[in-house]
Amino acid sequence: MNQFRDDVEAMIPTLRRYARALARDADIADDLVQDTLVRALRSERLFLGGDLRSWLYTILTNLNRNRRRSLARRPTMMPLNDSGPDASVDASGTEAEGRDIARALATLVEDQRSVLLLVMLEGLSYREVADIQGVPIGTVMSRLARARASVRAFLEGERAPLRRVK
Amino acid sequence: MTDRIIPVTEDELHAFVDNELPAERHSDVEAWLAAHPEDAQRVASWRAMAEALHARYDFILDEAVPPRLDIERLTRQPRKWIAGAIAATLAAFVLGGGVGWFAHGAAATPSTFQNFTLDALDAHRLYVVEVRHPVEVAGSERAHLQQWLSKRVGYELKAPELDATGLKLVGGRLLPGPQAPAAFLMYESASGERFTLYTSRAATAETQMRYATHDIDGAYFWADRGVGYVLSGPTDKDRLSQVARLVYDQTEKSGG
Repeated sequence: MNQFRDDVEAMIPTLRRYARALARDADIADDLVQDTLVRALRSERLFLGGDLRSWLYTILTNLNRNRRRSLARRPTMMPLNDSGPDASVDASGTEAEGRDIARALATLVEDQRSVLLLVMLEGLSYREVADIQGVPIGTVMSRLARARASVRAFLEGERAPLRRVK
Repeated sequence: MTDRIIPVTEDELHAFVDNELPAERHSDVEAWLAAHPEDAQRVASWRAMAEALHARYDFILDEAVPPRLDIERLTRQPRKWIAGAIAATLAAFVLGGGVGWFAHGAAATPSTFQNFTLDALDAHRLYVVEVRHPVEVAGSERAHLQQWLSKRVGYELKAPELDATGLKLVGGRLLPGPQAPAAFLMYESASGERFTLYTSRAATAETQMRYATHDIDGAYFWADRGVGYVLSGPTDKDRLSQVARLVYDQTEKSGG
């Protein structure tokens, strides 16, 4: 086992988390991670000295963008109303909160969702995200600002006031 | 007093939450938030958002990694997985259109042409967006670049002169190719348009030039005396074919 493979392997859990939030479907998410790993392992010689983490996020982000482009335009199917009185009563706090954030993510355009997740969930710097998306930092910041505004509007429109989870 | 604070911008509020704000500005932002409840509320909502994201998705970090993502397995059976990845990409390709001729001869194993074009387009997409490190060896070291790449790909490689079409050599790098090492050369116009030439040994009798498009990129493939070439660039077919012709003419003369 070489260092490169160890490093790639160590990234699998966070890649899966990012892919799941990005693609919103567990199978598609793991497909994306698998394709990312295949490409990474195949291009091992390219990675000497590079930033492996950013590189893997870049591959995954691009694969997802290609996947979405290749899909016909289809509406995203979402339950019409699962935040009614009954649903909020029997859902636990974290569960209900989680479902809301997932639905809020679904309303974002691809590049905004990717920025939001890379910064807020994966903890990458603006600089790293700019490199991943191949855009200037200013673009990353404006995408992040718009994404946060949309998510906030969605969450507050759905269930005011926003509750905090520990 | 808050009126002595330089007004805090929205960008700074985001940077504050994301730990991207210079330390010396922190106390200003904190004072600003104390005096501007609406901004404070926004900042609080962003923090709650981050917590909600972690609450929703962090459990995945503790999940057992499914067997198909096992690194040992992916490494041990690279061929199979690569074939799968290629097949998946090909499917996207065919759906994307512009490559109708795939349909009639869609064999189980990807052809040299398909392998080449996919690898070349992958490399093209990956590196044309690179601002700081698009190449390993810069075009200013053309002689060294040609000598090095020729040695690695195993045939004499001359970086074509494309000045006639307004393209300057940015430089090149070495990549793994489908069957042998591949040389990758990048050209750029004054307006920032980028074209790449991907070339490697290819076991094919194919000589006819072929065109493929994928998303926003187009590619011309041809092969000549055991060497395959893919020129990739923007999908403007006339422009791409003009550049491809120029490359073709020069590689032919140099005796590839």
